[in-house]
Amino acid sequence: MSVSPDELKNRIEAAIPGTRAAVSGDGHHFDAVLEGPAFAGLSRIAQHKLVYDVFGAELGDRIHALSLKITPTEA
Amino acid sequence: MSDAATNPMREAIASAIAENPVILFMKGTPEAPACGFSARTVAMLESLDQPFAAVNILPDPAIRQELSALSGWPTIPQLFIEGELVGGCDIVTEMYETGELHKLLGVEAGAPVQASPAEPAADGSAPLSIENLL
Repeated sequence: MSVSPDELKNRIEAAIPGTRAAVSGDGHHFDAVLEGPAFAGLSRIAQHKLVYDVFGAELGDRIHALSLKITPTEA
Repeated sequence: MSDAATNPMREAIASAIAENPVILFMKGTPEAPACGFSARTVAMLESLDQPFAAVNILPDPAIRQELSALSGWPTIPQLFIEGELVGGCDIVTEMYETGELHKLLGVEAGAPVQASPAEPAADGSAPLSIENLL
């Protein structure tokens, strides 16, 4: 039961307004490069949690690993 | 009813975090990491000659479950410095690259790592106290 990078991209962009995501992966391990105003002013921990919250318990389960590179942008 | 008062595992994890200035929850051990992200995080700490306590979360799913409930962080590894969650492999990598990690640990960025004879605390008391609950 693999997951497509497009599914992750679409779900992140839908859940976090204004975010642009580029996601690559092999169906289990993913790399996501994100930028958007939603991350501005947040600590790194909070930035990552914003994204983790999109997937909840799927992380570590059907999404084995999700590596994040986040750049906050001006609103 | 819930949590720390009636949850020895969560209590043990909280104590381990409180008692160890640098503690890494990881898959596998520093000598034999069981996951690339854990391996990279260990390698960064070791390159700074930073002693740290390490807890292998693999032997009991309850460790990971209680750790994530406590930290609000879903993935492994998780690095705590002075009782605060610093992050997982991505954040530690970013902070390593920018020198923020060095600053947080009180080591000079770019300074030659001094050969310290100190034993890494990888097998320290905190991991044992958790594993004793298994």
